[in-house]
Amino acid sequence: MKSRTNVTAIVIHIVLWLGIVVVAIPFLWMILSSLKSLPEFYSFDFLPKKWDFSAYTYIFQQTQYLRWYGNSIIVGVIVTASELFFASLVGYTLAKFRFRGRGAIFVLILSTMMVPTELLVIPWYVMSAWLHWTNSFWGIMFPGMIEAFGVFLMRQFMLGIPDDLLDAARIDGMTEFNIFLRVALPQVKSSLSALGILTFLGNWNAYLWPVIIISTQGMRTLPVGISLFSTADNGGGLQWNLIMGMSTLAVIPIVLVYFIFQRQIVEGIALTGIK
Amino acid sequence: MKRAVKVTAIGFSVLMMTGMLSGCGGSSNASGSSGKTVTITYWQYTYPSKVTEMKKLIQQFQKQNPNIKVVEQDFPYDQYNQKVAAAMHANQGPDILNLYYGWIPQYVQQGYLQPIPSTFMSTSQINNYYIPMVKDSMYNGKYYALPIAVRSLAIFYNKDMFQKAGISGPPQTWNELISDAQKMTVYQNGKLVQEGFGPDVSGQGYHLFQEILLRQWGGKPFSADNKKVTWDTPAGLQAFQYWMDMFKKDKIGDMNFDQGAATAFQAGKAGMIVDGSFAIGTMKKSASFNWGVAPIPTKTPGGKQENFGSYWVNGIAKGVSGAQLQASEKFIQFLDSTATEKDWLNTVGELPAAASLASDQSILNDPIYGPFEQGLKYAHATFFVNETTERQAFIDETNKIFLQNAPVSQVFNELTQKEQAIRDKYYSSQSN
Amino acid sequence: MSLQSRRATTAYIFLAVPLLFFLGIRIAPTIYAFLMSFFKNGGTGFTLQNYQQMFTSHTFWRSLLNTLLYVVITVPCQLAIGVGLALMIGRVKRLKGFYRMVYFLPYITSQVAISWVWRLMYDPSNGVINAFLGWMGIPAQSFLQSTNESLMSVSVVIIWQASGFAMLIFIAGLEAIPKMYFEAARIDGASPWQIFWRVTWPLLNPTLVFLTVTGVIGALQTFTQIENLTGSSGSQAGGPLHSTISMVVYTYNQGFSNFNLPFASAVTVVLFVLILLVTVVQLRILNRSFEY
Repeated sequence: MKSRTNVTAIVIHIVLWLGIVVVAIPFLWMILSSLKSLPEFYSFDFLPKKWDFSAYTYIFQQTQYLRWYGNSIIVGVIVTASELFFASLVGYTLAKFRFRGRGAIFVLILSTMMVPTELLVIPWYVMSAWLHWTNSFWGIMFPGMIEAFGVFLMRQFMLGIPDDLLDAARIDGMTEFNIFLRVALPQVKSSLSALGILTFLGNWNAYLWPVIIISTQGMRTLPVGISLFSTADNGGGLQWNLIMGMSTLAVIPIVLVYFIFQRQIVEGIALTGIK
Repeated sequence: MKRAVKVTAIGFSVLMMTGMLSGCGGSSNASGSSGKTVTITYWQYTYPSKVTEMKKLIQQFQKQNPNIKVVEQDFPYDQYNQKVAAAMHANQGPDILNLYYGWIPQYVQQGYLQPIPSTFMSTSQINNYYIPMVKDSMYNGKYYALPIAVRSLAIFYNKDMFQKAGISGPPQTWNELISDAQKMTVYQNGKLVQEGFGPDVSGQGYHLFQEILLRQWGGKPFSADNKKVTWDTPAGLQAFQYWMDMFKKDKIGDMNFDQGAATAFQAGKAGMIVDGSFAIGTMKKSASFNWGVAPIPTKTPGGKQENFGSYWVNGIAKGVSGAQLQASEKFIQFLDSTATEKDWLNTVGELPAAASLASDQSILNDPIYGPFEQGLKYAHATFFVNETTERQAFIDETNKIFLQNAPVSQVFNELTQKEQAIRDKYYSSQSN
Repeated sequence: MSLQSRRATTAYIFLAVPLLFFLGIRIAPTIYAFLMSFFKNGGTGFTLQNYQQMFTSHTFWRSLLNTLLYVVITVPCQLAIGVGLALMIGRVKRLKGFYRMVYFLPYITSQVAISWVWRLMYDPSNGVINAFLGWMGIPAQSFLQSTNESLMSVSVVIIWQASGFAMLIFIAGLEAIPKMYFEAARIDGASPWQIFWRVTWPLLNPTLVFLTVTGVIGALQTFTQIENLTGSSGSQAGGPLHSTISMVVYTYNQGFSNFNLPFASAVTVVLFVLILLVTVVQLRILNRSFEY
């Protein structure tokens, strides 16, 4: 029995490592490309013949990269906080309350996922112009403050909370909001972390709307900043080593955030016992 | 229960407050009614050398006009039209727009541009000031936007590769170009590893057919009023056949080799490409070999020279009036001055649009800019009604030949019909 | 006030702000955009010609077909890979965090940069994939540059990116299952196999519903990867010869390269109806009620 589990574990490890090769090659390529000169980039070799750090010196000396970085972090943090609170509140309500119009409200919220952002850009812009939101942090953030995706995710996880748990709290005389905050939320900690990561990521890589709403250099977020170097007048002129360098730098904090969150996921799960 | 109301209310008010507060950062075209300063906004797409140059020019202009402030804003090329569309729909556009001349018909149709006021520059004044090619950007008999600089096409060739293949110099005729290219084309196990001449249908290739080969073979792209596609002649088909045969029969290059002709050339894997003067900057930066520029070949030695010209123009947005309009006119005037145009050539690498500079010897004798300046003499700027769709039709139809081995004559007919349909659609929507 | 109605009141209070937000920020602009589909381009006035043109457009039908193909190809693959990874990582004791991180990497990386890397890997003459195939004795393929293989090539990149996402959600779903169920099953003497089919799989149902529904919605709106893998300055995304075009790419090309916003809106209306139908059907089929 014991040895069989060991064999299974070893097989799993081997399979996972094989998968890592597939996953990591494009990723490593990106990092290595940022260390090549432009002519070398076009020669398709995996390893740089000559390590070239000029892309990075250019990024830090000639662009407002750090500023863009800061903007992305501000937007990401605020939107993520808002999304976590509201999405879990709405998800919880839809999952754990019975009331008239519940199904209709759920479908209405879901339906907002079905309209591609590409189409909403113009109406949003018109609205932003009318309310003087253009070229501001709020303008970048408002569409993402509550997302149907998050509501749906939290609803699915809230469904798994046993009703007895909530009823027990009600008998103890807790207010409804406290039950949500102190009883329901701890039950879905890991999905909250997941949603947090996903929301932050979504904002970190969001491109189309920020491009449209921002007009000045100093307000740009990372992806918008990066795209400035992939601009070409009918071909040529793509500064790929810069693009790869910036993208590499953009991934690093995400990896860090993920690791920090991961700890919490594991701990959160360890502490979530049913008391 | 009560707490719930409170928390939700607080959440809501925080949401709204943030909205209010940050709303103050908006870029509104506040006309300085308080002081005498007028602020105008200039939009262009992000092309590093143009952005740097424009900022420098704005500094100069503001020194000369202390009561005008110009704000330059630029956006990624791929989203530029989208940004303009969104902003103009919201009446929040800039005062001056920079655009490709081929977009003028659509910009006017969408109501983004106003005609250049005749009080500022009349049609005849414009005709006299600029090289003839600029006439091609007239729309309904009016000018809606004016260029600073123009571009034409030439052959970029890899000198090292020529030397290795034992070729003395750049080709004079198309037949010569094909035989030179064949010497430089290398296949290994049926895979192309080096191409002699890069076809670039999606870049400059389709201009090469429409304005150069077609005319040299004795055809003409469009009727005088631009409403009819007039390629459908034996000469037109011959020219098209000749162009396609380069890649289907002589196999001197491949559409998709090395991610496109420009990339292949920069990587030192293509002997020759046709590209515009705007590519010079990139070549200087990324080519690690010796390269040169040569004029576009002719059909026969000493035969008819043809070229394609294009340019970016500045227009005044619809709805701009009063002090803003005057300031915008002043700024455009400054941008179009010969002094600015000369400076532009040195920093951006585009050729002056003013007629008085067209015979400037220092430009004509430059080994790199010379061939382009020469080419301007014979350059036509295609009158596009919808540049993107017209280009896409070329890409799609030639792909049928490259990828599906469709017969050339059949594709030629389809392409003619497609291009005609684009024009018909455009002109029919004009009339109602 | 009965208990029932008091609960309902609480629910409405909780939902008030978010609902206002959804109405103002999402629903109203959508209605505006839908109305636009009945405008003439560059003018106003009611017209149905956008819809007429659309249904007679060859490219439109092609984009509809491709969009459905993307759904059928990518969603099942990314779910299968995602659940497989989640279960495998759940089984091992060491390197858990490392595996999760690495498999999640594709999802977090800038699309533009990574798409270009894939383009280089797919390159027919110099790409690493053809080099590998050649080493295995398989002839070189054209991938993104042939009309037959391009859609599949784009799909591979989508699956490669999205599987890590599915994995993450499945892991969260697995961890959300209260431990007492497993313990109870173990005490009852169930084998690991039985535990999986009788406990894990049914309790993963909400997660699966979520991933299927959002995955299909996402796939129906495929845009970014196509844009980055097949678009280049000069040619519109979705090529060669529309072989990879999706409905959103088609919308984008029509709306912003051809300046035909009303037409683009009409395409989106059709897409919306399609997504709505598919989602409703899915929720009907997938949402089994389950008992604790």
